[in-house]
Amino acid sequence: MEKPTFRQIALYASVFAALLAFPLFVKGTFPMHVMIMTFMFAMLGVAWNILGGYAAMFSFGQAAFFGIGAYTSTILLMNYNVNPWAGLLAGGMLAALTGAAIGIPCSNLRGHYFAIASIAFAEIVRIHFNNWKFVAAAEGLSLPFLPSSLRNFMFQSSKTPYYYIMLAFLVLSLLLCRYLSTNRMGYYLRAIKESHEIAKGMGISFVRYRLYAIMISAFLTAMAGTFYAQYILYIDPDSVLILPISIQIVLVAMLGGAGTIMGPVIGAAILLPLSEYTRVWLGYKGTGVDMMIYGALIMVISAYQPQGVWGFLTSIGRRAK
Amino acid sequence: MYEQLVQQLVNGLLIGFLYSLIAIGLTMIWGVMNIVNFAHGEFLMLGMFLSFWFYTLFGVDPLFSIPICAALLFLLGWVIYKSLVSKVMKGPVLAQLVVTFGVSIFIAYTAVFLWTPDFRMIQKPLLIGTWHLGMVELSIPKAAASAGSVLVSFAAFLFLRKTKTGKAILATEMNRNSALLMGIDTERVNALSFGIGSALVGIAGAFLSMYYYIYPQVGGTFGLISFCIVALGGFGSIEGAFVAGVLIGVVQTLGGYFFDPAYKYAIVFALYLVTVWIRPQGLLGW
Repeated sequence: MEKPTFRQIALYASVFAALLAFPLFVKGTFPMHVMIMTFMFAMLGVAWNILGGYAAMFSFGQAAFFGIGAYTSTILLMNYNVNPWAGLLAGGMLAALTGAAIGIPCSNLRGHYFAIASIAFAEIVRIHFNNWKFVAAAEGLSLPFLPSSLRNFMFQSSKTPYYYIMLAFLVLSLLLCRYLSTNRMGYYLRAIKESHEIAKGMGISFVRYRLYAIMISAFLTAMAGTFYAQYILYIDPDSVLILPISIQIVLVAMLGGAGTIMGPVIGAAILLPLSEYTRVWLGYKGTGVDMMIYGALIMVISAYQPQGVWGFLTSIGRRAK
Repeated sequence: MYEQLVQQLVNGLLIGFLYSLIAIGLTMIWGVMNIVNFAHGEFLMLGMFLSFWFYTLFGVDPLFSIPICAALLFLLGWVIYKSLVSKVMKGPVLAQLVVTFGVSIFIAYTAVFLWTPDFRMIQKPLLIGTWHLGMVELSIPKAAASAGSVLVSFAAFLFLRKTKTGKAILATEMNRNSALLMGIDTERVNALSFGIGSALVGIAGAFLSMYYYIYPQVGGTFGLISFCIVALGGFGSIEGAFVAGVLIGVVQTLGGYFFDPAYKYAIVFALYLVTVWIRPQGLLGW
């Protein structure tokens, strides 16, 4: 990977500074909520990208990992009084283990088959949680109120701390993704994506690196899940384990440009404000208009701009040079 | 115990034959174009609603509106192929996967917008009641829907094997380039198979509307199950889709009976995962 130029560094630094300053100028709770959701889905898109963008494993079942993260930390907190930060690590590890367990049987599947297997897996998890008394089944769990503090990962009066925590999570994921893509593993994954057979012939352990990718992706996705539980303070299978979440994650990555580091961030920055605001403006009566627009947008973008917005922008940038 | 088991087996077969018809529509599209139509379940839902509105507005029984449902769904499939799917055929695999997701969300919520999310039912269909055949109770509309599904599946099979157009579709499925060299207009074959696949699921929808609830989200579960059936049967294989459809119907019903009805779909998905683990090409795939 090429070293970033001075212009690029200046651009990233100024965007980052603007994001740091954002809560100082914007006071409304809804814009803050939209920003937090944007960061969260950007992080989920980055995590998906490690699987789908680099290793061509198109997972449509990320909601399973998201839900495992949310449920693990919440159950640990409610039943065993475990600190949510420890719960976050536990959820991440459990999701990574689950990912490995499902990744081994699926390791020979490609393309559509992997996509459908991932949906099947996530649906099994959802159906199970919907009927599992230990996690209150379809009723869902309300998190207990703790005093606001960073240590408790809970803030009642303001969204600002959540904003900074999620921003930090996102930056960490981006750094990890950049590290992975410059690392040997990134090259291996891309080699596997280009051709399974040639990668195998070069002596790359195809199953092992695919498993690593699944585990890392699952861990990051579960982290976002714990964050979501701590932020919304209520979870049920219909809010953290359903297929539309998995699809939204894929769309964020695809819209921005799969296989690029910054793609999912761009994708989330476009898709999330759009879906949150149309939901508020048009979706309040439950007429479905917001989702119609969303569906139409997906059709048009994937049919007419399949390389994503980031690919489009970089092609313009190259032409300008 | 024994009687109930036979009863469950019969129920499983009845739903299984309908699953087969749904899955045959999907496998044609998948086999010819290597594209998974994630809007397949929504096409089923449209077939059900068409049948419902023909009944409610014009008093036409679902049995007689079947040809109209088939024709309208054929048209819809053709239009969606020409306007969207043909654009991504040469594009990235991810775009191929996502484009029909967009279609499915759009159709499902257009239905919510037009007809509200309410559950509906066809109140007095022509076929109603149950037969008592010894120890087994057979619901007449379900039996008719299954018998009809088998007939239509067989007709689709004959069409592919015996007619020139059908053979062109099979040839394209086997090898697109060779088919092109033999003078087959593969672009037309694509549009045609998308249309026929959609028409088949439209017919399945009309059958299903005779006894099932009709609502905008009905396609979700049926769609997911039909993906599993197709992958289980082996992609593009009509015979495979038929066998796997019946198998899944039986497994779902017996699994729900012996285990827990809430888990009946989970059992189906688990069966799919185990099968692709052992045999990634599916039961009758090559």
